Amino acid sequence: MADNEKQTTEAAAKPAAKPVAKAPAAPPPPPGPPDPPPPADVEIPAHLQALQAALPGAVVALSYYLRDWTVIVAPERVVETAGWLRQAEGAAFDYCSDVTAVDWLSREGPRFDVVYCLYSTATRQRLRMKARLADGAAIGSVAGVWSSANWLEREVYDMFGITFTGHPDLRRILMPEEWQGHPQRKDYPLEGPGELILESPQEWLKLRQSFNEAEIE
Amino acid sequence: MERDQARRMFDTDEMVINMGPQHPATHGVLRVVLKLDGEKVVDADVVIGYLHRGIEKLSENRDWTQIVLLTDRMDYVASAAANLAYVETVEKLLSLEVPRRAQYVRTILAELQRIASHLVWLGSHAMDIGAVTVFLYCLRERELILDLFEEFCGARLTYNTMRIGGLPQDVPPLWDKKVLQFCDLQIEKLAEYETLLTKNRIWLERTKGIGVISAADAISGGLCGPPLRGSGVRRDVRKDEPYAAYPEFEFDIPVGEHGDTYDRYLVRLAEIRQSVRILRQAVEGLPEGPVMGKVPRLIKPPAGETYHANESPKGEIGYFIASDGKSTSPYRMRVRPPSFCNLQALPQLVRGHLVADVIAVIGTIDIVLGEVDR
Repeated sequence: MADNEKQTTEAAAKPAAKPVAKAPAAPPPPPGPPDPPPPADVEIPAHLQALQAALPGAVVALSYYLRDWTVIVAPERVVETAGWLRQAEGAAFDYCSDVTAVDWLSREGPRFDVVYCLYSTATRQRLRMKARLADGAAIGSVAGVWSSANWLEREVYDMFGITFTGHPDLRRILMPEEWQGHPQRKDYPLEGPGELILESPQEWLKLRQSFNEAEIE
Repeated sequence: MERDQARRMFDTDEMVINMGPQHPATHGVLRVVLKLDGEKVVDADVVIGYLHRGIEKLSENRDWTQIVLLTDRMDYVASAAANLAYVETVEKLLSLEVPRRAQYVRTILAELQRIASHLVWLGSHAMDIGAVTVFLYCLRERELILDLFEEFCGARLTYNTMRIGGLPQDVPPLWDKKVLQFCDLQIEKLAEYETLLTKNRIWLERTKGIGVISAADAISGGLCGPPLRGSGVRRDVRKDEPYAAYPEFEFDIPVGEHGDTYDRYLVRLAEIRQSVRILRQAVEGLPEGPVMGKVPRLIKPPAGETYHANESPKGEIGYFIASDGKSTSPYRMRVRPPSFCNLQALPQLVRGHLVADVIAVIGTIDIVLGEVDR
């Protein structure tokens, strides 16, 4: 209803400026990453075909963009898929370069993308594994598969508030332990929680004091 | 009963001591909580984050071109390497062609930066262990590299020396000749460092068999750069996933055998030699032409994500960038910091060693806290 009103007022403000140009306007692109499927002339590598055959249902989709393969995995089967990718012959992704996340706040469906950048020192190829995760949901930890994921997952937990079940030591890593909120989330203010200091210094002093007392105890 | 008595007489509890964050040998603001049994390290907990400036969050609110400045401030002894990795990632997203001359000059800058970074590492590492002379020698040669950078881009530490699509300007006249002169000098001076250290008995005692990590552990633990190659893994992004002008040059990847501190020292010294080799080929084959490609006036990559890795002096530096195709800043920029991933192995490396060796191990993994914390 409100949208309709807005449109009519806008239309009234600009009386029939270019009605012809407006008519064929495409719907706005979805706010998430496009994850384009592989084009027909690109052959799916053998290890990805084997993965689809070995773990039916785990692979949600395949994507190919700028010469990189991405495999999108169901979040509850990430650990299983990671184990397969590490062990299987022809895949042998024994090196986990990076674990990170992206907050697609306005996307329909799950809010977060958890991204694993993998590399194989035997076959010298790369692969990205991705899981779409809803806000508040937990995902299995791959620190048991690649020990390098330990700190990387801690950073994702610290910055996005994503919980990794089965992680050996899930603590904040960059921010102080008593920090509130997760800074890399899109709804976290860029300037941080600093407004409290500027708006009401008394409140901030009280908060600060309560922290100190807790430390002394 | 007897045990209790002995316990009362000789207190055998483990002691927890705190090292850093204000400690001269931690190369910045690193804090290590050590659990000691006498003089032996039982366990270590690494506490980081004292230098966290939120560079990834900041990048989401800056223009694509402004972020080059932020990447300078991560690894501040090797900022050209961080610049290069970032601009290459954005070029990949935009599918841009970079002129051949720009690729060559970028390679020269990256290799000069590698030598400079390794010199800072060698100097500070040797000084931590007790060889103060090496520090003075190394910084003497690094000064010449800083002069070269100053002549090229006007800055001595945070260079901001790359642009998306090429370079801000061509090299000044006679600059390439000066690079060649520096190469000759550096090879000569390397022999000086080696005389001071390689066969030095104290150096051998302090580095051989300290901080050993096997090849399998190093791969699983995500080590990269010289710590990975010191364990005998022949992995170098310059060879495996070539970028810039590297496929056109001949060079070797030095690897170690035992994965200890001494092997990592040998690997880095050999890397300086290989860098000089690349520099000579690059300067002699420097092609003519423009140094800036055709770049759209408004940089706005199409929606999509990519990851691109480079070999920085510390190891694999990678950028994961997501663009939503609408705004003039990245939707998400993630840096894969090599120092962060190498530092993760610290507890594993120091377990069972003496407290004094912790200093040697912190030195050997070559961390820059600006990059660890971002």
